[in-house]
Amino acid sequence: MNDAMIRLEHVSKTFPGSATDAVSDLSFEVPEGEILVLVGPSGCGKTTTLKMINRIIEPSSGVIWVAGVNAIETQPHELRRQIGYVIQQTGLFPHRTIAQNIATVPKLLGWERPRISARVEELIDLVGLDSDMANRYPGELSGGQQQRVGVARGLAADPPVLLMDEPFGAVDPIVRTRLQLELLDLQARVRKTIVFVTHDIDEAIQLGDRVAILNVGGVLEQIGTPEDILRVPANDFVAEFLGTDRGLKRLSLIKIHTVDLDPGPVVAPGTSLEEARAAAARYDVDWVGVGSPGRLDGWLHLAEVESAGQVTAADLRPFRSRINTSATLKEALDAIISTRAKVAAVFDGDHYLGMLTAERISAEITQ
Amino acid sequence: MILAQLEGQPLVRWDWIADHLDDIWVATKEHLVLTGIALGVGLILSVALSMVAIRFRRTYTPITWITGILYTIPSLALFSILVPITGLTVLTAEIGLVSYTLLILIRNIVAGIDGVDPAIKEAAIGMGYTPRRVLLQVEVPLALPVIIAGLRIASVTTIGLVTVAALIGKGGLGFFILQGLRRFFTTEIVVGAVMSVALAVAIDVLLVVAQRALTPWARAKATV
Repeated sequence: MNDAMIRLEHVSKTFPGSATDAVSDLSFEVPEGEILVLVGPSGCGKTTTLKMINRIIEPSSGVIWVAGVNAIETQPHELRRQIGYVIQQTGLFPHRTIAQNIATVPKLLGWERPRISARVEELIDLVGLDSDMANRYPGELSGGQQQRVGVARGLAADPPVLLMDEPFGAVDPIVRTRLQLELLDLQARVRKTIVFVTHDIDEAIQLGDRVAILNVGGVLEQIGTPEDILRVPANDFVAEFLGTDRGLKRLSLIKIHTVDLDPGPVVAPGTSLEEARAAAARYDVDWVGVGSPGRLDGWLHLAEVESAGQVTAADLRPFRSRINTSATLKEALDAIISTRAKVAAVFDGDHYLGMLTAERISAEITQ
Repeated sequence: MILAQLEGQPLVRWDWIADHLDDIWVATKEHLVLTGIALGVGLILSVALSMVAIRFRRTYTPITWITGILYTIPSLALFSILVPITGLTVLTAEIGLVSYTLLILIRNIVAGIDGVDPAIKEAAIGMGYTPRRVLLQVEVPLALPVIIAGLRIASVTTIGLVTVAALIGKGGLGFFILQGLRRFFTTEIVVGAVMSVALAVAIDVLLVVAQRALTPWARAKATV
Protein backbone atom coordinates (compact mmCIF):
# COMPACT_ATOMS: atom_id res chain seq x y z
CA MET A 1 0.00 0.00 0.00
CA ASN A 2 2.69 2.46 1.04
CA ASP A 3 5.74 2.52 3.24
CA ALA A 4 4.04 3.95 6.35
CA MET A 5 3.93 1.38 9.15
CA ILE A 6 0.66 2.78 10.49
CA ARG A 7 -1.80 4.74 8.44
CA LEU A 8 -5.19 6.13 9.44
CA GLU A 9 -7.53 7.23 6.66
CA HIS A 10 -10.53 9.36 7.59
CA VAL A 11 -11.09 7.49 10.82
CA SER A 12 -14.07 8.52 12.95
CA LYS A 13 -15.52 7.15 16.13
CA THR A 14 -18.87 7.95 17.66
CA PHE A 15 -19.74 6.08 20.81
CA PRO A 16 -23.31 4.78 21.03
CA GLY A 17 -25.55 7.25 22.82
CA SER A 18 -23.15 10.13 22.29
CA ALA A 19 -24.18 13.08 20.16
CA THR A 20 -20.64 14.18 19.38
CA ASP A 21 -17.72 12.37 17.78
CA ALA A 22 -14.95 11.07 20.02
CA VAL A 23 -12.70 11.13 16.98
CA SER A 24 -13.66 12.85 13.76
CA ASP A 25 -12.18 12.30 10.32
CA LEU A 26 -8.66 11.67 11.56
CA SER A 27 -5.91 10.88 9.07
CA PHE A 28 -2.22 10.54 9.73
CA GLU A 29 0.58 8.10 9.14
CA VAL A 30 3.56 6.89 11.11
CA PRO A 31 6.65 5.89 9.13
CA GLU A 32 8.61 2.85 10.20
CA GLY A 33 10.88 3.45 13.19
CA GLU A 34 9.22 6.69 14.28
CA ILE A 35 7.79 7.63 17.65
CA LEU A 36 4.56 9.56 17.13
CA VAL A 37 3.14 11.08 20.29
CA LEU A 38 -0.59 11.80 20.47
CA VAL A 39 -1.15 14.59 22.94
CA GLY A 40 -4.07 16.77 23.92
CA PRO A 41 -6.47 17.64 26.73
CA SER A 42 -8.84 15.05 28.15
CA GLY A 43 -11.66 14.25 25.78
CA CYS A 44 -9.46 14.79 22.74
CA GLY A 45 -9.77 11.15 21.70
CA LYS A 46 -6.07 10.32 21.92
CA THR A 47 -6.59 7.07 23.81
CA THR A 48 -9.58 6.20 21.63
CA THR A 49 -7.39 6.72 18.57
CA LEU A 50 -4.68 4.47 20.00
CA LYS A 51 -7.18 1.74 20.88
CA MET A 52 -8.64 1.80 17.39
CA ILE A 53 -5.24 0.82 16.00
CA ASN A 54 -5.39 -2.53 17.83
CA ARG A 55 -9.17 -2.56 17.63
CA ILE A 56 -9.90 -2.63 21.32
CA ILE A 57 -12.26 0.09 20.10
CA GLU A 58 -13.82 -0.40 16.69
CA PRO A 59 -13.79 2.67 14.43
CA SER A 60 -17.20 3.86 13.23
CA SER A 61 -15.75 4.64 9.82
CA GLY A 62 -12.46 4.93 8.02
CA VAL A 63 -9.59 2.58 7.32
CA ILE A 64 -6.56 1.70 9.43
CA TRP A 65 -3.46 0.06 7.96
CA VAL A 66 -0.90 -1.63 10.17
CA ALA A 67 2.27 -2.99 8.55
CA GLY A 68 0.60 -3.00 5.15
CA VAL A 69 -2.43 -4.95 6.38
CA ASN A 70 -5.94 -3.60 6.63
CA ALA A 71 -6.52 -3.83 10.37
CA ILE A 72 -10.29 -3.69 10.01
CA GLU A 73 -10.28 -6.87 7.94
CA THR A 74 -7.94 -8.83 10.22
CA GLN A 75 -9.06 -11.09 13.07
CA PRO A 76 -8.68 -8.80 16.11
CA HIS A 77 -6.68 -11.26 18.22
CA GLU A 78 -4.39 -12.09 15.28
CA LEU A 79 -3.82 -8.39 14.68
CA ARG A 80 -3.09 -7.71 18.36
CA ARG A 81 -0.41 -10.37 18.57
CA GLN A 82 1.55 -8.34 15.98
CA ILE A 83 1.24 -5.15 18.02
CA GLY A 84 2.96 -4.54 21.34
CA TYR A 85 0.66 -2.94 23.89
CA VAL A 86 1.78 -1.11 27.02
CA ILE A 87 -0.75 0.61 29.30
CA GLN A 88 -0.65 2.95 32.26
CA GLN A 89 -1.67 0.62 35.07
CA THR A 90 0.77 -1.89 33.54
CA GLY A 91 -1.97 -4.55 33.29
CA LEU A 92 0.61 -7.11 34.38
CA PHE A 93 -0.88 -10.48 35.32
CA PRO A 94 -0.52 -10.58 39.12
CA HIS A 95 -0.80 -14.39 39.14
CA ARG A 96 2.09 -14.88 36.74
CA THR A 97 5.78 -14.36 37.38
CA ILE A 98 7.73 -11.64 35.63
CA ALA A 99 9.15 -14.22 33.20
CA GLN A 100 5.68 -15.64 32.49
CA ASN A 101 4.28 -12.15 31.99
CA ILE A 102 6.96 -11.29 29.44
CA ALA A 103 6.42 -14.63 27.71
CA THR A 104 2.70 -13.96 27.17
CA VAL A 105 2.64 -13.17 23.46
CA PRO A 106 5.45 -15.55 22.41
CA LYS A 107 3.44 -18.30 24.10
CA LEU A 108 0.28 -17.26 22.24
CA LEU A 109 2.26 -17.40 19.02
CA GLY A 110 3.37 -20.94 19.85
CA TRP A 111 7.10 -20.38 20.18
CA GLU A 112 9.27 -23.28 21.33
CA ARG A 113 10.08 -23.21 25.03
CA PRO A 114 13.88 -22.67 24.71
CA ARG A 115 13.28 -19.78 22.33
CA ILE A 116 10.84 -18.20 24.79
CA SER A 117 13.17 -18.44 27.76
CA ALA A 118 16.08 -17.06 25.75
CA ARG A 119 13.91 -14.16 24.64
CA VAL A 120 12.68 -13.49 28.19
CA GLU A 121 16.24 -13.35 29.47
CA GLU A 122 17.21 -10.99 26.67
CA LEU A 123 14.30 -8.65 27.42
CA ILE A 124 14.82 -8.59 31.17
CA ASP A 125 18.34 -7.44 30.41
CA LEU A 126 17.21 -5.01 27.68
CA VAL A 127 14.85 -3.08 29.95
CA GLY A 128 17.41 -3.00 32.75
CA LEU A 129 15.90 -5.41 35.27
CA ASP A 130 17.82 -7.89 37.43
CA SER A 131 17.65 -11.44 36.15
CA ASP A 132 16.78 -12.66 39.65
CA MET A 133 13.44 -10.87 39.30
CA ALA A 134 12.32 -13.34 36.65
CA ASN A 135 10.61 -15.63 39.13
CA ARG A 136 9.00 -12.96 41.27
CA TYR A 137 5.42 -11.81 41.00
CA PRO A 138 4.49 -8.28 39.85
CA GLY A 139 3.18 -7.44 43.33
CA GLU A 140 6.73 -7.69 44.65
CA LEU A 141 8.09 -5.02 42.29
CA SER A 142 8.08 -1.21 42.51
CA GLY A 143 5.96 0.85 40.14
CA GLY A 144 8.92 1.72 37.95
CA GLN A 145 10.06 -1.90 37.77
CA GLN A 146 6.54 -3.01 36.88
CA GLN A 147 6.43 -0.49 34.07
CA ARG A 148 9.73 -1.84 32.71
CA VAL A 149 8.22 -5.32 32.75
CA GLY A 150 5.22 -3.87 30.87
CA VAL A 151 7.55 -2.52 28.18
CA ALA A 152 9.45 -5.82 28.01
CA ARG A 153 6.15 -7.68 27.63
CA GLY A 154 5.11 -5.32 24.83
CA LEU A 155 8.35 -5.99 22.99
CA ALA A 156 8.43 -9.74 23.65
CA ALA A 157 7.42 -11.09 20.26
CA ASP A 158 9.44 -8.38 18.52
CA PRO A 159 6.37 -6.71 17.00
CA PRO A 160 6.99 -4.01 14.40
CA VAL A 161 4.52 -1.73 16.16
CA LEU A 162 4.26 -0.69 19.80
CA LEU A 163 1.26 1.14 21.23
CA MET A 164 1.85 2.90 24.54
CA ASP A 165 -1.08 4.38 26.45
CA GLU A 166 0.24 6.85 29.05
CA PRO A 167 2.71 4.20 30.19
CA PHE A 168 4.53 6.49 32.59
CA GLY A 169 1.48 8.32 33.92
CA ALA A 170 1.27 6.48 37.23
CA VAL A 171 4.89 6.67 38.38
CA ASP A 172 6.52 9.51 40.31
CA PRO A 173 8.29 12.28 38.36
CA ILE A 174 11.83 11.08 39.06
CA VAL A 175 11.09 7.54 37.88
CA ARG A 176 9.13 8.93 34.95
CA THR A 177 12.08 10.97 33.72
CA ARG A 178 14.31 7.92 34.00
CA LEU A 179 11.83 5.70 32.16
CA GLN A 180 11.53 8.29 29.39
CA LEU A 181 15.29 8.36 28.89
CA GLU A 182 15.39 4.57 28.98
CA LEU A 183 12.67 4.40 26.35
CA LEU A 184 14.65 6.66 24.02
CA ASP A 185 17.75 4.60 24.65
CA LEU A 186 15.80 1.41 23.98
CA GLN A 187 14.25 2.86 20.83
CA ALA A 188 17.72 3.72 19.50
CA ARG A 189 18.43 -0.02 19.64
CA VAL A 190 15.13 -1.63 18.64
CA ARG A 191 13.76 0.94 16.16
CA LYS A 192 10.05 0.18 16.60
CA THR A 193 7.21 2.16 15.17
CA ILE A 194 5.67 3.60 18.32
CA VAL A 195 2.43 5.45 18.92
CA PHE A 196 2.59 6.98 22.37
CA VAL A 197 -0.31 8.68 24.13
CA THR A 198 0.19 11.28 26.85
CA HIS A 199 -1.51 14.38 28.20
CA ASP A 200 1.86 15.84 29.17
CA ILE A 201 3.23 18.17 26.49
CA ASP A 202 6.74 18.02 27.97
CA GLU A 203 6.72 14.24 27.69
CA ALA A 204 5.48 14.58 24.10
CA ILE A 205 8.30 16.98 23.21
CA GLN A 206 10.86 14.82 24.96
CA LEU A 207 9.88 11.54 23.30
CA GLY A 208 8.27 12.31 19.97
CA ASP A 209 10.02 12.25 16.63
CA ARG A 210 6.76 13.87 15.70
CA VAL A 211 3.90 15.10 17.85
CA ALA A 212 0.21 15.16 16.93
CA ILE A 213 -1.80 17.66 18.92
CA LEU A 214 -5.47 16.73 19.20
CA ASN A 215 -8.35 18.91 20.29
CA VAL A 216 -11.60 17.85 21.97
CA GLY A 217 -13.61 15.63 19.65
CA GLY A 218 -10.54 14.07 18.10
CA VAL A 219 -9.69 16.97 15.81
CA LEU A 220 -6.08 17.02 14.64
CA GLU A 221 -4.81 20.57 15.17
CA GLN A 222 -1.19 20.09 14.19
CA ILE A 223 1.27 17.30 13.48
CA GLY A 224 4.98 17.80 13.09
CA THR A 225 8.36 17.61 14.77
CA PRO A 226 8.47 19.11 18.26
CA GLU A 227 10.89 21.73 16.92
CA ASP A 228 8.49 22.80 14.14
CA ILE A 229 5.45 22.86 16.38
CA LEU A 230 7.21 24.94 19.01
CA ARG A 231 8.61 27.33 16.43
CA VAL A 232 5.40 27.80 14.48
CA PRO A 233 2.23 26.70 16.31
CA ALA A 234 -0.54 26.22 13.75
CA ASN A 235 -3.16 28.14 15.73
CA ASP A 236 -4.10 29.64 19.08
CA PHE A 237 -5.19 26.30 20.51
CA VAL A 238 -1.80 24.75 19.84
CA ALA A 239 0.02 27.84 21.13
CA GLU A 240 -2.02 27.77 24.31
CA PHE A 241 -1.56 24.05 24.76
CA LEU A 242 2.20 24.40 24.36
CA GLY A 243 2.20 26.91 27.19
CA THR A 244 3.81 30.28 27.77
CA ASP A 245 7.31 28.81 28.04
CA ARG A 246 7.49 27.72 24.41
CA GLY A 247 10.93 29.32 23.99
CA LEU A 248 12.31 27.42 26.98
CA LYS A 249 10.80 24.18 25.66
CA ARG A 250 12.58 24.76 22.36
CA LEU A 251 15.84 25.21 24.23
CA SER A 252 15.41 21.74 25.67
CA LEU A 253 15.43 20.36 22.12
CA ILE A 254 18.64 22.04 20.98
CA LYS A 255 21.96 20.40 21.87
CA ILE A 256 24.88 22.66 22.70
CA HIS A 257 27.12 21.07 20.06
CA THR A 258 24.81 22.31 17.31
CA VAL A 259 25.43 25.99 18.09
CA ASP A 260 28.47 28.23 17.77
CA LEU A 261 30.30 28.99 21.01
CA ASP A 262 32.11 32.13 22.12
CA PRO A 263 35.78 31.75 23.03
CA GLY A 264 35.01 33.65 26.27
CA PRO A 265 37.22 36.03 28.27
CA VAL A 266 39.97 33.46 28.58
CA VAL A 267 43.60 34.48 28.91
CA ALA A 268 46.84 32.58 29.45
CA PRO A 269 48.84 32.81 32.70
CA GLY A 270 51.26 35.71 32.53
CA THR A 271 48.90 37.94 30.55
CA SER A 272 49.20 41.60 31.48
CA LEU A 273 46.62 43.46 33.53
CA GLU A 274 45.74 45.62 30.52
CA GLU A 275 44.92 42.68 28.29
CA ALA A 276 43.00 40.96 31.06
CA ARG A 277 40.89 44.09 31.56
CA ALA A 278 40.21 44.30 27.84
CA ALA A 279 39.18 40.63 27.66
CA ALA A 280 36.77 41.04 30.60
CA ALA A 281 35.32 44.22 29.09
CA ARG A 282 34.47 42.42 25.84
CA TYR A 283 32.07 40.24 27.79
CA ASP A 284 31.04 42.88 30.28
CA VAL A 285 32.24 40.81 33.25
CA ASP A 286 34.59 41.52 36.18
CA TRP A 287 36.62 38.32 35.89
CA VAL A 288 38.80 36.40 33.44
CA GLY A 289 39.10 32.70 32.71
CA VAL A 290 42.61 31.28 32.89
CA GLY A 291 43.78 28.60 30.49
CA SER A 292 45.24 27.80 27.12
CA PRO A 293 43.69 26.52 23.88
CA GLY A 294 41.56 23.47 24.77
CA ARG A 295 42.06 24.07 28.49
CA LEU A 296 40.24 26.11 31.08
CA ASP A 297 41.76 25.83 34.51
CA GLY A 298 39.67 28.31 36.48
CA TRP A 299 38.99 31.98 36.86
CA LEU A 300 40.19 35.10 38.74
CA HIS A 301 38.48 38.31 39.79
CA LEU A 302 39.89 41.34 37.99
CA ALA A 303 40.63 42.73 41.45
CA GLU A 304 42.90 39.76 42.08
CA VAL A 305 44.67 40.33 38.75
CA GLU A 306 45.09 43.99 39.70
CA SER A 307 46.69 43.22 43.03
CA ALA A 308 49.02 40.63 41.45
CA GLY A 309 49.82 42.96 38.53
CA GLN A 310 49.30 40.19 35.99
CA VAL A 311 47.35 36.96 35.45
CA THR A 312 48.74 34.20 37.66
CA ALA A 313 48.24 30.46 37.42
CA ALA A 314 47.90 30.10 41.17
CA ASP A 315 44.80 30.39 43.42
CA LEU A 316 42.35 29.91 40.53
CA ARG A 317 38.68 29.52 41.36
CA PRO A 318 36.99 26.56 39.69
CA PHE A 319 34.13 27.08 37.24
CA ARG A 320 30.85 25.94 38.72
CA SER A 321 29.00 26.47 35.46
CA ARG A 322 30.81 23.68 33.58
CA ILE A 323 28.54 21.90 31.15
CA ASN A 324 29.00 19.11 28.66
CA THR A 325 28.58 19.71 24.96
CA SER A 326 25.95 16.93 24.77
CA ALA A 327 23.65 18.89 27.14
CA THR A 328 20.82 21.08 25.87
CA LEU A 329 20.64 24.86 25.65
CA LYS A 330 18.06 24.72 28.43
CA GLU A 331 20.61 23.14 30.76
CA ALA A 332 23.20 25.68 29.61
CA LEU A 333 20.81 28.52 30.39
CA ASP A 334 20.21 27.03 33.80
CA ALA A 335 23.97 26.98 34.40
CA ILE A 336 24.22 30.60 33.28
CA ILE A 337 21.51 31.95 35.54
CA SER A 338 22.51 29.81 38.53
CA THR A 339 26.02 31.25 38.87
CA ARG A 340 27.48 34.71 39.16
CA ALA A 341 29.69 34.20 36.12
CA LYS A 342 26.82 34.85 33.65
CA VAL A 343 28.37 32.31 31.25
CA ALA A 344 28.37 28.54 30.88
CA ALA A 345 31.77 26.96 30.20
CA VAL A 346 31.29 24.16 27.67
CA PHE A 347 33.50 21.09 27.76
CA ASP A 348 33.78 17.88 25.84
CA GLY A 349 35.11 15.71 28.62
CA ASP A 350 38.13 17.75 29.85
CA HIS A 351 38.54 19.58 26.59
CA TYR A 352 37.40 23.22 26.79
CA LEU A 353 35.31 24.23 23.79
CA GLY A 354 34.05 27.72 24.57
CA MET A 355 31.38 29.63 26.42
CA LEU A 356 27.68 30.28 26.09
CA THR A 357 26.01 33.47 27.20
CA ALA A 358 22.32 34.27 27.65
CA GLU A 359 22.51 36.60 24.63
CA ARG A 360 23.97 33.85 22.48
CA ILE A 361 21.15 31.46 23.49
CA SER A 362 18.47 34.05 22.95
CA ALA A 363 19.87 34.72 19.47
CA GLU A 364 19.66 31.00 18.74
CA ILE A 365 15.87 30.77 19.17
CA THR A 366 14.94 34.12 17.66
CA GLN A 367 16.97 33.72 14.49
CA MET B 1 -39.03 -34.45 81.78
CA ILE B 2 -35.98 -34.68 79.59
CA LEU B 3 -33.78 -33.56 82.44
CA ALA B 4 -35.21 -36.29 84.59
CA GLN B 5 -34.32 -38.81 81.92
CA LEU B 6 -30.80 -37.46 81.65
CA GLU B 7 -30.15 -37.48 85.35
CA GLY B 8 -27.72 -40.03 86.59
CA GLN B 9 -26.27 -40.52 83.14
CA PRO B 10 -22.80 -39.19 82.21
CA LEU B 11 -22.62 -36.73 79.28
CA VAL B 12 -20.38 -39.07 77.33
CA ARG B 13 -20.18 -42.80 77.79
CA TRP B 14 -16.79 -43.75 76.41
CA ASP B 15 -17.60 -47.45 76.40
CA TRP B 16 -20.45 -46.80 73.97
CA ILE B 17 -18.08 -44.92 71.69
CA ALA B 18 -15.55 -47.73 71.86
CA ASP B 19 -18.25 -50.24 70.93
CA HIS B 20 -19.50 -48.15 67.99
CA LEU B 21 -16.28 -47.00 66.33
CA ASP B 22 -17.25 -48.84 63.14
CA ASP B 23 -20.66 -47.15 63.01
CA ILE B 24 -19.09 -43.75 63.63
CA TRP B 25 -16.59 -44.38 60.84
CA VAL B 26 -19.31 -45.42 58.38
CA ALA B 27 -21.45 -42.41 59.28
CA THR B 28 -18.48 -40.06 58.93
CA LYS B 29 -17.75 -41.47 55.49
CA GLU B 30 -21.38 -41.10 54.50
CA HIS B 31 -21.32 -37.52 55.77
CA LEU B 32 -18.24 -36.78 53.72
CA VAL B 33 -19.67 -38.34 50.58
CA LEU B 34 -22.94 -36.44 50.91
CA THR B 35 -21.03 -33.19 51.45
CA GLY B 36 -18.62 -33.91 48.60
CA ILE B 37 -21.39 -34.65 46.12
CA ALA B 38 -23.30 -31.55 47.17
CA LEU B 39 -20.26 -29.29 46.81
CA GLY B 40 -19.14 -30.91 43.55
CA VAL B 41 -22.54 -30.75 41.87
CA GLY B 42 -23.19 -27.34 43.39
CA LEU B 43 -19.90 -26.02 42.03
CA ILE B 44 -20.54 -27.37 38.53
CA LEU B 45 -24.02 -25.86 38.44
CA SER B 46 -22.78 -22.59 39.93
CA VAL B 47 -19.95 -22.27 37.43
CA ALA B 48 -22.40 -22.86 34.58
CA LEU B 49 -24.94 -20.39 35.94
CA SER B 50 -22.21 -17.83 36.70
CA MET B 51 -20.94 -18.04 33.13
CA VAL B 52 -24.46 -17.37 31.91
CA ALA B 53 -24.78 -14.47 34.35
CA ILE B 54 -21.43 -12.97 33.28
CA ARG B 55 -22.09 -13.40 29.59
CA PHE B 56 -25.67 -12.17 29.77
CA ARG B 57 -25.69 -9.60 32.53
CA ARG B 58 -29.46 -9.32 32.64
CA THR B 59 -29.79 -12.90 33.82
CA TYR B 60 -27.78 -12.23 36.99
CA THR B 61 -30.67 -10.72 38.94
CA PRO B 62 -33.16 -13.54 38.17
CA ILE B 63 -30.47 -16.15 38.90
CA THR B 64 -29.70 -14.70 42.34
CA TRP B 65 -33.39 -14.23 42.92
CA ILE B 66 -34.23 -17.90 42.29
CA THR B 67 -31.22 -19.31 44.13
CA GLY B 68 -32.00 -16.84 46.90
CA ILE B 69 -35.46 -18.31 47.29
CA LEU B 70 -33.98 -21.82 47.35
CA TYR B 71 -31.57 -20.65 50.02
CA THR B 72 -34.34 -19.30 52.24
CA ILE B 73 -36.62 -22.37 52.17
CA PRO B 74 -36.18 -24.07 55.54
CA SER B 75 -34.34 -27.33 54.98
CA LEU B 76 -36.91 -29.35 56.91
CA ALA B 77 -39.69 -28.00 54.70
CA LEU B 78 -37.70 -28.67 51.54
CA PHE B 79 -37.05 -32.28 52.46
CA SER B 80 -40.70 -32.88 53.32
CA ILE B 81 -41.80 -31.41 50.00
CA LEU B 82 -39.34 -33.61 48.09
CA VAL B 83 -39.92 -36.93 49.86
CA PRO B 84 -43.28 -37.62 48.14
CA ILE B 85 -41.61 -37.02 44.78
CA THR B 86 -38.13 -38.53 45.09
CA GLY B 87 -38.57 -40.68 48.16
CA LEU B 88 -36.17 -41.30 51.04
CA THR B 89 -33.18 -41.32 48.74
CA VAL B 90 -29.73 -39.75 48.41
CA LEU B 91 -31.23 -37.79 45.50
CA THR B 92 -33.69 -36.10 47.86
CA ALA B 93 -30.91 -35.21 50.25
CA GLU B 94 -28.68 -33.91 47.49
CA ILE B 95 -31.36 -31.80 45.83
CA GLY B 96 -31.69 -29.97 49.11
CA LEU B 97 -27.99 -29.76 49.85
CA VAL B 98 -27.04 -28.61 46.36
CA SER B 99 -29.73 -25.90 46.34
CA TYR B 100 -28.23 -24.33 49.43
CA THR B 101 -24.74 -24.05 47.89
CA LEU B 102 -25.85 -22.27 44.72
CA LEU B 103 -26.45 -18.75 46.00
CA ILE B 104 -23.19 -18.65 47.96
CA LEU B 105 -21.09 -20.04 45.15
CA ILE B 106 -22.64 -18.03 42.31
CA ARG B 107 -22.35 -14.79 44.27
CA ASN B 108 -18.67 -15.42 44.94
CA ILE B 109 -17.79 -16.56 41.44
CA VAL B 110 -19.43 -13.53 39.84
CA ALA B 111 -18.03 -11.13 42.44
CA GLY B 112 -14.57 -12.67 42.05
CA ILE B 113 -14.57 -12.29 38.30
CA ASP B 114 -16.10 -8.80 38.44
CA GLY B 115 -13.36 -7.85 40.86
CA VAL B 116 -10.56 -8.48 38.38
CA ASP B 117 -8.83 -5.19 37.53
CA PRO B 118 -10.17 -3.96 34.15
CA ALA B 119 -6.64 -2.89 33.19
CA ILE B 120 -5.51 -6.51 33.44
CA LYS B 121 -8.36 -7.66 31.22
CA GLU B 122 -7.64 -4.91 28.74
CA ALA B 123 -3.97 -5.81 28.62
CA ALA B 124 -4.90 -9.45 28.00
CA ILE B 125 -7.24 -8.51 25.16
CA GLY B 126 -4.71 -6.04 23.79
CA MET B 127 -2.07 -8.77 23.58
CA GLY B 128 -4.34 -11.01 21.54
CA TYR B 129 -6.11 -13.19 24.11
CA THR B 130 -9.40 -14.58 22.85
CA PRO B 131 -12.38 -14.03 25.21
CA ARG B 132 -12.15 -17.69 26.26
CA ARG B 133 -8.49 -17.34 27.19
CA VAL B 134 -9.19 -14.13 29.08
CA LEU B 135 -11.78 -16.01 31.15
CA LEU B 136 -9.83 -19.20 31.77
CA GLN B 137 -6.29 -17.88 32.05
CA VAL B 138 -6.84 -14.48 33.59
CA GLU B 139 -10.23 -13.97 35.18
CA VAL B 140 -10.76 -17.36 36.83
CA PRO B 141 -7.25 -17.64 38.32
CA LEU B 142 -7.50 -14.12 39.68
CA ALA B 143 -10.97 -14.74 41.09
CA LEU B 144 -9.81 -17.92 42.81
CA PRO B 145 -9.36 -16.45 46.31
CA VAL B 146 -12.93 -15.12 46.27
CA ILE B 147 -14.29 -18.34 44.74
CA ILE B 148 -12.55 -20.48 47.36
CA ALA B 149 -13.85 -18.17 50.08
CA GLY B 150 -17.34 -19.03 48.80
CA LEU B 151 -16.51 -22.71 48.73
CA ARG B 152 -15.44 -22.53 52.38
CA ILE B 153 -18.74 -20.98 53.46
CA ALA B 154 -20.68 -23.46 51.31
CA SER B 155 -18.81 -26.45 52.76
CA VAL B 156 -19.44 -25.44 56.36
CA THR B 157 -23.11 -24.80 55.59
CA THR B 158 -23.45 -28.13 53.80
CA ILE B 159 -21.84 -30.14 56.60
CA GLY B 160 -24.34 -28.63 59.01
CA LEU B 161 -27.26 -29.32 56.71
CA VAL B 162 -26.31 -32.95 56.12
CA THR B 163 -27.22 -33.64 59.75
CA VAL B 164 -30.76 -32.43 59.01
CA ALA B 165 -30.98 -34.91 56.15
CA ALA B 166 -30.86 -37.58 58.88
CA LEU B 167 -34.62 -37.06 59.05
CA ILE B 168 -34.96 -38.76 55.68
CA GLY B 169 -32.45 -41.39 56.64
CA LYS B 170 -29.51 -39.91 54.70
CA GLY B 171 -27.82 -37.85 57.34
CA GLY B 172 -24.35 -39.22 57.98
CA LEU B 173 -23.40 -38.14 61.47
CA GLY B 174 -26.81 -36.54 61.85
CA PHE B 175 -28.11 -40.06 62.44
CA PHE B 176 -26.43 -40.10 65.88
CA ILE B 177 -27.85 -36.74 66.83
CA LEU B 178 -31.36 -37.84 65.83
CA GLN B 179 -31.00 -41.16 67.64
CA GLY B 180 -29.61 -39.42 70.68
CA LEU B 181 -32.55 -37.05 70.80
CA ARG B 182 -35.06 -39.85 70.41
CA ARG B 183 -33.46 -41.98 73.11
CA PHE B 184 -32.33 -39.10 75.36
CA PHE B 185 -28.81 -40.47 75.03
CA THR B 186 -26.34 -37.59 75.16
CA THR B 187 -23.31 -39.59 74.08
CA GLU B 188 -24.73 -40.02 70.60
CA ILE B 189 -25.65 -36.34 70.36
CA VAL B 190 -22.14 -35.33 71.37
CA VAL B 191 -20.54 -37.78 68.95
CA GLY B 192 -22.66 -36.50 66.05
CA ALA B 193 -22.07 -32.85 66.87
CA VAL B 194 -18.36 -33.07 67.64
CA MET B 195 -17.63 -35.19 64.59
CA SER B 196 -19.46 -32.88 62.21
CA VAL B 197 -17.71 -29.85 63.66
CA ALA B 198 -14.39 -31.67 63.29
CA LEU B 199 -15.29 -32.48 59.70
CA ALA B 200 -16.16 -28.86 58.97
CA VAL B 201 -12.89 -27.66 60.45
CA ALA B 202 -10.92 -30.29 58.54
CA ILE B 203 -12.48 -29.37 55.20
CA ASP B 204 -11.98 -25.68 55.89
CA VAL B 205 -8.31 -26.23 56.64
CA LEU B 206 -8.01 -28.31 53.49
CA LEU B 207 -9.53 -25.52 51.40
CA VAL B 208 -7.24 -22.91 52.94
CA VAL B 209 -4.23 -25.09 52.15
CA ALA B 210 -5.52 -25.59 48.61
CA GLN B 211 -5.96 -21.86 48.16
CA ARG B 212 -2.45 -21.12 49.36
CA ALA B 213 -1.08 -23.71 46.96
CA LEU B 214 -3.14 -22.41 44.03
CA THR B 215 -2.48 -18.71 44.58
CA PRO B 216 1.17 -18.29 45.56
CA TRP B 217 1.06 -14.83 43.98
CA ALA B 218 -1.49 -13.58 46.50
CA ARG B 219 0.89 -14.38 49.33
CA ALA B 220 3.83 -12.82 47.51
CA LYS B 221 1.89 -9.59 47.33
CA ALA B 222 1.06 -9.67 51.03
CA THR B 223 4.74 -9.82 52.00
CA VAL B 224 5.66 -6.56 50.27
